[in-house]
Amino acid sequence: MNSFAEFLAMGGYGFYVWTSYAISFVVLLLNVIVPMVQRKQLLRELALKQKRAK
Amino acid sequence: MSIIPAPIVRFYHQTASPPFFYSLSNKLLPWLTAIFLMLLGYGLYAGLYLAPTDYQQGDSYRIIYVHVPAAWMSLFIYVVMAVAGAISLIWRMKIADVVLISSAPIGASFTFIALVTGSLWGKPMWGTWWVWDARLTSELILLFLYLGVISLYGAIEDKRTASRAVAILALVGVVNIPIIHYSVQWWNTLHQGPTVTKMDKPSIHLDMLIPLLVMATAFKFYYAIAMLQVAKVEILLREQNTQWVKKLLETK
Amino acid sequence: MSAFFAVIRRDLILAFRRRAEIANPLFFFILVVTLFPLGVGANPKLLQAMAPGVIWVSALLAVMLSLDSLFRSDFDDGSLEQMLLSSHPLTVLVMAKIIAHWLVTGLPLLVVAPLLAIFLGLPEQALGTLLLTLVLATPVLSLIGSIGVSLTVGLRRGGMIISLLVLPLYVPVLIFASNAVEMAGNGLAVDAQINILVAIFFMSAVLAPLPAAAALKMSVN
Repeated sequence: MNSFAEFLAMGGYGFYVWTSYAISFVVLLLNVIVPMVQRKQLLRELALKQKRAK
Repeated sequence: MSIIPAPIVRFYHQTASPPFFYSLSNKLLPWLTAIFLMLLGYGLYAGLYLAPTDYQQGDSYRIIYVHVPAAWMSLFIYVVMAVAGAISLIWRMKIADVVLISSAPIGASFTFIALVTGSLWGKPMWGTWWVWDARLTSELILLFLYLGVISLYGAIEDKRTASRAVAILALVGVVNIPIIHYSVQWWNTLHQGPTVTKMDKPSIHLDMLIPLLVMATAFKFYYAIAMLQVAKVEILLREQNTQWVKKLLETK
Repeated sequence: MSAFFAVIRRDLILAFRRRAEIANPLFFFILVVTLFPLGVGANPKLLQAMAPGVIWVSALLAVMLSLDSLFRSDFDDGSLEQMLLSSHPLTVLVMAKIIAHWLVTGLPLLVVAPLLAIFLGLPEQALGTLLLTLVLATPVLSLIGSIGVSLTVGLRRGGMIISLLVLPLYVPVLIFASNAVEMAGNGLAVDAQINILVAIFFMSAVLAPLPAAAALKMSVN
């Protein structure tokens, strides 16, 4: 492949190829980010509960 | 079982303890992430750039570098869930329960990715967004099997009972997967569509195969990373009233 | 062994006390089949082509809707707990309940099937195969269904989730049964499909009560 434009075009199938990769990327990213965010929130909640219990 | 060296057996028993598993995950994650990123980087480079253009399908075939590994992972993860379920039912290991339920959304996600990318591959090849191709149909049913596990777990309030229920369900599901797959394949050969699927066995050339295997390995590391992230949350939820969690909160 | 037959007798007697309820899956079966011509048009060729699948999907849905009655009343009045506490192996009692359930919900479907075959213009030569597949596969539907019900019997509103759990597992049965009927309609041999259905029947008869019993133990506690 000669240029970046050709790379993006993927022989005319650019939309299909890049959408596939984009959707895969987003889904996999979410599966890691969501639990990380949940964990931080949970730790904060539990810490508050613990403070109140003292 | 004297063939397995004692330290490994001891390690296995240790992982059954939630605090040990939790801190072990924290230690492993940076390494797993580094390896994953390296494999992913090379896989994408090799698949999207190095691998030659297919003379029949042009560049659209490059979708296989996410489609096929995702499909493989969707099956692999279900089997892991079933094994975890068996361990949970036989040895009542809490961590096995955690691994099972943590894997479910990830397995469902991979199944979803396999379906969507399969569809996006099929549209330029066959002209429609969906075909009742044997593999896609099997993947769709697999998605329902995953959703069943997730829904059942959510529907049962007592999470210990819920864990046992999904363990049973995962085992029943795993026994059925080969039967479902075989029957769908058989069904598909009867109602052979106008196009023979090129998805099943791309005539694969080493240059095209290597990125595929690299991506498949990368996805396995990804699974470990994502599963451990979910597992940490699940462990904290289940163990919130224990001493070790209380100590953990104090150090934050 | 006597407990096995006692449970079957008991369930049959209880079912006959509520005879009207036995008719419900049957009416549902007939109604759903009737909806298809209304939905897709009365073109006889189309209906004939769809007949095996339509009849089989409707039978499958009818059985699925009736599954809740398998353990529901026993769960509600505590008899299920008694069965768990009894010294009899739970898998045997579960099998007995499944048999009684099939006699009351699956078997009657066979009576109505010829009528439905006429409605959809199913070729006469397929009727025997239709009845054979129903006899072989409706017990399998009850057996596999019992797993789904036993997992959810403790839930207050387990209805919809049972379908999600059980329908994927029904797929192989549906494929082979409807295909057998279709082939028979075309005058072709159906040995392979029937053999597979027989194999599935024996496999589920042997295997299904185990997870069902395990799930009941877990649901009731």
